[in-house]
Amino acid sequence: MKTPLAELHAEAGARFIEFAGWQMPVHYGSQLEEHHAVRNHAGCFDVSHMAVVDLDSGYAEPLLRRLLVSDVSRLNAGDAVYSLMLNERGGIVDDLITYRREHGYRLVVNAGTTRKDLDWIARCERELKTTATAHHRNELCIIAVQGPQAVKNVRNLLNLRELNELESFTFVERADYFVARTGYTGEDGVEVICSAEAAIDLWSRLVTNGVQPVGLGARDSLRLEAGLNLYGHDMSDDTNPFECRVAWTIDWEDEDRDFIGRSVVEHVRDEGALTKLVGLKLTERGIPREGFAVQTKEGAGIVTSGTFSPTLKQGIALARVPVSTRGSCQVEVRRRLIPAKIARLPFVRRNI
Amino acid sequence: MPDFPSDLHYSQTHEWVRVEGNRATVGISDYAQTQLGDVVYVELPEVGAHVEFGGEVAVVESVKAASDIYAPVTGEVVDANDELDSAPETVNADPYGDGWFFIIEMTNDELPSDLLTAEGYEAHCQAEGE
Repeated sequence: MKTPLAELHAEAGARFIEFAGWQMPVHYGSQLEEHHAVRNHAGCFDVSHMAVVDLDSGYAEPLLRRLLVSDVSRLNAGDAVYSLMLNERGGIVDDLITYRREHGYRLVVNAGTTRKDLDWIARCERELKTTATAHHRNELCIIAVQGPQAVKNVRNLLNLRELNELESFTFVERADYFVARTGYTGEDGVEVICSAEAAIDLWSRLVTNGVQPVGLGARDSLRLEAGLNLYGHDMSDDTNPFECRVAWTIDWEDEDRDFIGRSVVEHVRDEGALTKLVGLKLTERGIPREGFAVQTKEGAGIVTSGTFSPTLKQGIALARVPVSTRGSCQVEVRRRLIPAKIARLPFVRRNI
Repeated sequence: MPDFPSDLHYSQTHEWVRVEGNRATVGISDYAQTQLGDVVYVELPEVGAHVEFGGEVAVVESVKAASDIYAPVTGEVVDANDELDSAPETVNADPYGDGWFFIIEMTNDELPSDLLTAEGYEAHCQAEGE
């Protein structure tokens, strides 16, 4: 599959890779330059491979209060929340952003899990005996614009003066564009959901205005520097939110709200998890990669995501280690043990 | 399109060799650096090391992956490009010039028969890309 922007990417010299059945740009020449452009100026990402799922009002609220760890009844129109869907074992089905609209809700879920998520939502619909069904809006595109100059660019191009005052995790809707102050890089910025035609127009104008097109390569190093998990790598159907540093997304307040997986994660909350996800900085030369073994005084661990940090100019990783792990450890990089320190996350803080 | 200079020899594992007398300068091809993406580390062999054709002698690590570099000729390493320590991006910017890796003083006068001409190597890359 290709997104409606694929031709523009090819013209801009993109190298493509297959990702979850989609041909997506991995970079447009240099992943490092794209990374720095987002940290220092602004970059745009075609993330149209991710799925937009709309739910009508009425049935959506009881459904989402069962389906998500967040309590959507607390959201006002115009609010967004980062959340999780769990299975009955407390494992993570997917992470997603939920937007409360004037009428109904919008979810944005991962590309690689779209089919699974839609099936999971449908199962929950049957369980609640709803008549309405979720609507996969696969005709829509998503463009993320991220970096210290991102909001200024989008505000000018779309003539959206209110964008300056738009708070983090809120959004505005106009005729052609749904604009949310969200992202996956640790920088300020927005994510824009719109039709293919509107996306082609916006993308072209962003690039003409000096916003750097950014591929999936830099998207990964940016999110990792920001300490953000990648589904299928740092969390999965077999890991619970406490093992993945995302238990903060769970809204426990309404004790009568029986979201899927609640009893299991309550047990984990009270008894403690056996493993945890930590940030690692390699203190000598080497790049940790997914699957590399980690040795700690408390036992064995594993790298769930790793990369060369273009900002810190050293190897960084997220790793799953025994819950008692403190201080330092070693990562086995190509048959050599490289010393590493457990680092505070995010690895890189926002440029202000 | 990647560049395949005709005055060089190439290995199937994407090293290039420039022969001057009994000295062979070695680097990685333009095609290889494009495939790797941004190079962030290069681990070079020790000067004085004896290397055999086909043996692992260096490592190049890009944002994407780590790759072994194999000796395209047999002999002794007489020089290594230390500049790559502080400027690994030179491998991307100038793979056939300042991005060279090391120089081997060859034991044999004859080059290994497995080495390819520019034309042969270009065909090899095309086949690999398909």
